[in-house]
Amino acid sequence: MDLPLLIGIFPQVLLDGLILGFMYALIALGYTMVYGVLEFINFAHSEIFIVGAFVGVEILLGLKGAGWLESLPWPLVLLLLLVAAMAVSGLLAAAVERVAYRPLRSAPRLIPLISAIGVSFFLQDLIRLVESVWRNAFNLVYPTLDGLNHRFELTETLDVSVKSLVVIVAALAMLWVLHMLVNRTKIGTAVRAVAEDQAAASLVGIDVNRIISLTFLIGGAMGGAAGVLFGVQYGLINPYSGFIPGLKAFTAAVLGGIGNIPGAMVGGIVLGLLEAFAASYLGLLTGGAFGAEYKDIFAFSVLILILVFRPKGLLGEIVRERA
Amino acid sequence: MTRAALAIGLIAVSAWAVATFPRSILVFLLFQGSLLHAYLAPIPRWLRVALLAAALLVLMPVIGAYNGYYLEVATQVGIFVALALGLNIVVGLAGLLDLGYVAFFAVGAYSWAIFGSPHANLIFGGGFPLAAGWFWAFLVVGLLVAAGAGVLLGLPVLRLRGDYLAIVTLGFGEVIRVLANNLDKPINITNGPKGITPISRPPVPFDVSYAEAFYFLVLAIVGVVILVNRRLEDSHVGRAWEAIREDELAAQAMGVPLVRSKLLAFACGASFAGVMGVVFSAKQVFINPESFTFLESIGVLAMVILGGMGSIPGAVVGATVVTVLNLQVLKGLSLWLNELKNAGVTVFGLSLADLPTQLEPAKYERMIFGMILVLMMIFRPQGIFPVRRRARELAGKS
Amino acid sequence: MIRNLIRPASVLTVLLTLVALPSASNLEAQGKGTIKIATQSPLSGGQAALGEGIKLGAQLAIERFKGGLEKAGFRVELVPYDDQAKPDVGVANAKNIIADKDILVVIGHLNSGVAIPSSEVYKEVNLAMISPANTNPTVTDRGYGNVFRVCGRDDVQGVVGAEFAQGTIKARSAYVIHDKTTYGQGVAEFFKADAEKKGIKILGFEGTEEKSNFDPIITPVKAKNPDLIYFGGIYEQAGPFFKQAREKGVKAKFLGPDGLDSSDLAKIAGKAVVGMYYTSVAGPVSVYPQAKQFADEYKKKFGKNPEPFAAQAYDATAIGMKAVEAAVRGGKTPTRDAVTAAIRDVKHTGITGAVEFDGKGDPKKALYFVLQVASENPEKWGDNKEVKRLTIAAPAAKK
Repeated sequence: MDLPLLIGIFPQVLLDGLILGFMYALIALGYTMVYGVLEFINFAHSEIFIVGAFVGVEILLGLKGAGWLESLPWPLVLLLLLVAAMAVSGLLAAAVERVAYRPLRSAPRLIPLISAIGVSFFLQDLIRLVESVWRNAFNLVYPTLDGLNHRFELTETLDVSVKSLVVIVAALAMLWVLHMLVNRTKIGTAVRAVAEDQAAASLVGIDVNRIISLTFLIGGAMGGAAGVLFGVQYGLINPYSGFIPGLKAFTAAVLGGIGNIPGAMVGGIVLGLLEAFAASYLGLLTGGAFGAEYKDIFAFSVLILILVFRPKGLLGEIVRERA
Repeated sequence: MTRAALAIGLIAVSAWAVATFPRSILVFLLFQGSLLHAYLAPIPRWLRVALLAAALLVLMPVIGAYNGYYLEVATQVGIFVALALGLNIVVGLAGLLDLGYVAFFAVGAYSWAIFGSPHANLIFGGGFPLAAGWFWAFLVVGLLVAAGAGVLLGLPVLRLRGDYLAIVTLGFGEVIRVLANNLDKPINITNGPKGITPISRPPVPFDVSYAEAFYFLVLAIVGVVILVNRRLEDSHVGRAWEAIREDELAAQAMGVPLVRSKLLAFACGASFAGVMGVVFSAKQVFINPESFTFLESIGVLAMVILGGMGSIPGAVVGATVVTVLNLQVLKGLSLWLNELKNAGVTVFGLSLADLPTQLEPAKYERMIFGMILVLMMIFRPQGIFPVRRRARELAGKS
Repeated sequence: MIRNLIRPASVLTVLLTLVALPSASNLEAQGKGTIKIATQSPLSGGQAALGEGIKLGAQLAIERFKGGLEKAGFRVELVPYDDQAKPDVGVANAKNIIADKDILVVIGHLNSGVAIPSSEVYKEVNLAMISPANTNPTVTDRGYGNVFRVCGRDDVQGVVGAEFAQGTIKARSAYVIHDKTTYGQGVAEFFKADAEKKGIKILGFEGTEEKSNFDPIITPVKAKNPDLIYFGGIYEQAGPFFKQAREKGVKAKFLGPDGLDSSDLAKIAGKAVVGMYYTSVAGPVSVYPQAKQFADEYKKKFGKNPEPFAAQAYDATAIGMKAVEAAVRGGKTPTRDAVTAAIRDVKHTGITGAVEFDGKGDPKKALYFVLQVASENPEKWGDNKEVKRLTIAAPAAKK
């Protein structure tokens, strides 16, 4: 075993894991907020997320086609992408709730889950239909923004690119805004009240339907932003790309304690780090007997262990137990 | 009397129609519809049983002789019915959301695949594949191994509730698939993504074709599974499961042994999948991890919920509807559209032959499937055949 | 409650009867004089892009070569099936295909995992399956008379890669990455085995199902600094990998199999793949002039560049049609047996080389090219230069 090598790559793996973790955290927020209010797994959230990525790439390609991409400063472009993707994804999430989930409000808990699976299938192929008619393409490539691709080589084994810093900063900023929104504003109080008890909330004059729509809007917007960051960081998307990150983010939400917003963050980061370390180190440590392909097994095993010892997630759930 | 005549008549007419137009999918759907009608119609019980038995044991194989495709669909429907019934115990009766159910199917499939093919020689030296007759023993082995896996999964996660359990089962399902995909080193157990082939098929008596033999085998297993399910439902254990589903704390207070009941639910549900896994691997002659993805688990779950959670006829109909939709109706639709396209039919003055390839109907089967799922949930949230008690609950609520 | 369902159920059955009978007779009436060629490949789901390429390649071939059969009085039709990359769906489709007597040839599949069980079904009626993409040796090693493929085998292509890595690149160390699919892992394993035999040091061998985030895999690669990275897989995954590797400062040369042969690779990875080598049976334009014509026609008709196995599907379909033409005697629709037998004798020079089948259904001799990516511009993918040419025959089946 090559000890200097193992130690040498440590900071880089840590950084990669953090980036991935923040991405998961942003997506996980959508799951956790909806769960907090309605107690159901919004399976279609992974598609809401990838729609955000598609909005981003469409705007970038549009700007590139018009020749403005080079002349605009990249922070402005990125801001535009984020705002647009958040708007589209948020509205889409709210629309999905209105059409496919609201009629099922009083049905048993698993019924909306199946509806959500249906929406997920439908949206995947709808995106594909739209993209194939509009661009005649399946995979879309994020055009590179030169400013974002700049790298700082800190040591021989550690380098940091501007875009990874941007992902971390953007994720932190959005999480902070969300935290403020939920805990310091009237709307946030209403959201928490609905999550606590819908009937009681409506008794004190809260429009429950509006708050639920709002929850989907906010969760969807976070997913949309994550979509753009995902595209910028990894470069390639197709209509089915959202599925796996969505699944992981959901896992992260549960890991942190579902319904718990800081929990989603912690869960996302823990999962991201687990994956990165497993993928980088398993092969090196076992001499090739096990390798990167075991990263999900590793991540899930740790997940099971954590849940065995902390059955309500790392930070505990905030949803109250309903009979 | 007229009702009995109608039921018999429908089955007879539709069976005749299938034999006459063996390529028309609509006619086959008609046949399935007539079976459903016979099941629902207010006719004497003996007549219903006789009609269904005659249709499934005699007419279906005859139809299969005209068009083997239908027999294949019927066989796959049977496989999924057994899976749905197994999952129904875990999700529908005991109320434990399992998102990794297909793992047990995989365990059963691999248990026969490894020993029923020359692959086991890589692990144990020589002497494989086992003689085809061992297949019957492996039906039991598959059952036991899958039940064991169910207990294994159940043990560490018993303290978890609701969606924590769901995520752990999801993880378990993925772990099994990834293991199957990667255990070609350090010791080659599953042969990784390349899969295992050729898997022996059981010896077939008389002069029956494999397609028919598998149809009857699956039918027999489904029969046993339904019987077991019905006995379980009204048994001590079944009541305990339902009590846990409704209120865990109250059930515990009433003296229901939580640990044992939950483990039993996992083991029972898993064992059906294990048996079918063995059949599946022999039927396919080849398996690889691609058959055991998360989406398959979701598909089986959709069948259970679509049919009506906790209900045996519900699971049967749910599995049939989803499988027939996927394998027949949507395929049939896109083939029919393709036919129209080739024939150069025009709609609103636009020739279908000029349809851009982006709009190829075969590509959008899943999209329509998704839409149907949503619509069915909205318009019939209790499922197609809800359990009577649950139906009453829902009616009372609104 | 349940009883309430009876009336709708009865109405539904009656309605179905009304609709069913006329349409059924329609389908029957069209039967005469039509020859159908079916494709089976994933048309939905994550692998839809490659699967659709197979369908479009076949479609193009039918349009181009149907003249002869039409003159003889037949209609030639394409029937595309979506196997969803799932073995159970593939088998059910296969049963449906063999029930349609007009279907004389099947072009497919994309996944060996679907092709193997499905071909068991085709074998029941001796219906020919010509595979454009199944490189897994098992597909033909079973010795079925009705199974053919126009693509190479993993155990050939991996060896070609290793030969080139040692002989031309003179690599001393290599890192092998694959995508955990039958195709990618298969070819990567054969590359690894042969490269080790030739004295190349394999620094790592990693499989991953990851599609977008390759950071944790690249970090050890970079630390070990190999001369060469061999990527066994498809361009969709290789593109982001190569791009992210170069961005992180990996300097190794890149090499891969024909799954990388797509202009979309240049679109995804840009300048990261300039100078990358790939092995393919589809030669450069200078050797196979029709290849360029195919690519242009494809682009004109479908508005995009051909996917990796589209050219092979085009050739497979052309061979199938040639065999059907040869089997037509006296203006009668040929039998499946006759078509399958005729395929054995077809000698076809297509856009991926001259194909002639051996006893197992493999191409007798595969002429492999090693090409090098010339430009980051996807439009110039056709300008990729031939670096080396190797001919290797398929090995005999080992039992």
